[in-house]
Amino acid sequence: MEFGLSEEQTLLQETINRFLDDNAKLDRVRKYADDAEDVGADIWAGLAELGVAALLVPEAHGGIGLKTLDAAVVAECLGAHVAPAPFLTTAVLAVTALRTAGDAAQQAQWLPRIADGSLRVGAALAEACGARGAAGVTAANGKLSGTALFALDADADMFLVADGEQRLHIVARDAAGLGVNPLPHVDRTQRMAELTFDSTPAELLPGSADGEACRAVIDVGRVVQAADTLGAAQNMLDQAVDYAKQREQFNRVIASFQAVKHLCAEMAAAIEPSRALVWYAAHALDEVPEEGRLTACHVKAHLAETGEFVARTATVVHGGMGFTDLLGLHYWFKRIGFNRQTLGGPERVREEAARVQGFA
Amino acid sequence: MDLSYGPEYDDFRQEVRSFIAKHKHLAPTQQGVRSPRVKEWQQLLIQHGYAARTIPTEYGGYGAEPDILKGRIIGEEFAAGQVSTGLSGQGISMLVPTLLELGSEAQKQEFIRPTLTGEFVWCQGYSEPNAGSDLASLRTSAVLDGDDWVINGSKIWTSTAHLADWMFCLVRTEPDAPKHQGISFLLLRMDTPGIEIRPLVDMTMQPNFNEVFFTDVRVPKEQIVGHRGEGWRVANAVLGHERESLGDPNASLSRLNRLIHLMQTETVDGARPMDNPALRDRLMKFQARVMAMRFNDLRILSARLNGADAGLARMITKLQATELRHELEGFAIDVMGEFGLLYGKHPYVRDQGSWQNQYMYFLGLIIGGGTSQIQKNIISERGLGMPREPKAIVKAEA
Repeated sequence: MEFGLSEEQTLLQETINRFLDDNAKLDRVRKYADDAEDVGADIWAGLAELGVAALLVPEAHGGIGLKTLDAAVVAECLGAHVAPAPFLTTAVLAVTALRTAGDAAQQAQWLPRIADGSLRVGAALAEACGARGAAGVTAANGKLSGTALFALDADADMFLVADGEQRLHIVARDAAGLGVNPLPHVDRTQRMAELTFDSTPAELLPGSADGEACRAVIDVGRVVQAADTLGAAQNMLDQAVDYAKQREQFNRVIASFQAVKHLCAEMAAAIEPSRALVWYAAHALDEVPEEGRLTACHVKAHLAETGEFVARTATVVHGGMGFTDLLGLHYWFKRIGFNRQTLGGPERVREEAARVQGFA
Repeated sequence: MDLSYGPEYDDFRQEVRSFIAKHKHLAPTQQGVRSPRVKEWQQLLIQHGYAARTIPTEYGGYGAEPDILKGRIIGEEFAAGQVSTGLSGQGISMLVPTLLELGSEAQKQEFIRPTLTGEFVWCQGYSEPNAGSDLASLRTSAVLDGDDWVINGSKIWTSTAHLADWMFCLVRTEPDAPKHQGISFLLLRMDTPGIEIRPLVDMTMQPNFNEVFFTDVRVPKEQIVGHRGEGWRVANAVLGHERESLGDPNASLSRLNRLIHLMQTETVDGARPMDNPALRDRLMKFQARVMAMRFNDLRILSARLNGADAGLARMITKLQATELRHELEGFAIDVMGEFGLLYGKHPYVRDQGSWQNQYMYFLGLIIGGGTSQIQKNIISERGLGMPREPKAIVKAEA
């Protein structure tokens, strides 16, 4: 019986955090946010060197062959640093798609390149989690047409695309008839684009025909994204507590006021069970498959709520400074807000959780 | 991450299961501290090591080596079999561990065995009308007069005082010492002259509590646990245990499952509450919270197995678990609407009125055992390292 992170996972966490402490400080994040030409290549290359890109890639394809809980550990570090890195899309969503639905040739072609950090894959799955307006992609004769809104990682070399029947396709960035139109949005640490397809050549992942692979990709994405929110929320609490211990008003540090302490205690009380839920949901996807989808839905929705509460409360503890760009706390606030809406908002995934159990 | 208890525990689980299967018919269906059937069941459980498991045999226990997982397996299997786990109450859960740790040999010999068998029923005399969250400011006094302590004062929120044979209580014996160092821990018989018990009806309309008044109550001086002035330390040896026991995540899970049943069987305008998306959404929120608390509990268990302190994960349980239960019970009332208001004996009452009862009862638990506000102080001070509130200006004496 061991409910928690292994020594190796703790070591992984320390290694990634140390790298990000040195290479993805807030100043570096700001530069990425302000400069569209900056794709964070140095950060991703450094992470890839530490094995982050290869984490879920099977050893046979040059990867490390670790599991969802390991990916959650990494995502927590990235969220804590609001680090711009295509981890979720490339190392988690694309790798899971290729592993579950790609044929041998596709796996051999792309997985090693993902593992060594040289191939960056975006993910257009928004329609599979609730198509907005007229958005949607149709596939016929190896070509895609239509629009995919809110594709994750606008700077990718190729895209994983779900069509209207939840089949998965790979589209090269330079494919004929593909338009990549970046969408300006609040969280400038993760780039999002609209993809337009006009008879665009695409490669179907043959194992995705029944839609199950697409759902499995979304499951793991939700868990890993929840871990990103967990890291961001924990970091906001840490910042709030540190700030409250230094800031003086009425001749006292504000951390000595119960009104402030109780806000911090409420954040901790929300975060701790959320952490246990993230760990379990990640574990369940690999080891308790009958519970995997349900816990993936719950962790996504629950961390959206925990994250929203912490984002708001930690900002309030900082007072006026929390509201400024100068302090930069808003990067965490917005990252949490982004993670809440993408891959299914809380009401949507709770409805899915109900459906999984036959309640709806 | 390894959620199995390991093969060595499979045999033990089988043993527990076969015990339950074989003896289930003897188990009491009602908890009454005085019922012979309850006492016989308790005796049987002790003999087999399913109650008083780690208490040494010389004091009437089973004498097993402490094993957290075996204890947990017993709890799980008895819950699954819906069989009584024997006597509970503050004598068994709080006094016995306290005596084992800090009692004299004579006290252990005299009190532990009859407490385990149900011969001695205990109540706890800690809180006072003017000493609630600030328990250490308690004023009930005990003055040594010859071979007796003479007690004057009063206690409040004393559950089971009207049923108890004995009380373990905190009294002020050193009025000139700093408040935490002036308290002693005494044991006294409830039939001692000078004790008056008045029932206190709570909002569930049950006399779950009492007020207890002491007028020149004489208690033999050797009925002190620990030394004079050490009572605060003695009491705190087991207080943490009480807080954790309030947050049983498996109880929340079983209430959630009952609620799911309710939402699938009641109807409003001919449709099930489960078919109402707004109610379903609220249910799913609760399910995620119950799950999160269950896994938080596993995390604490895992830390205990490693001899580590789970820290914040442990400190937040009383706050989160009581708030969660109160809200969950309240949601079930929303699901039932006017049916949820029904309380008392009537064929229309759902689940014996347990939703209203627990909704109110858990509000009591949010307050009792360290209020949610006190919990937040503990979390922020001990967990997050934030400073204590500076001493307020004391009201000027009139």
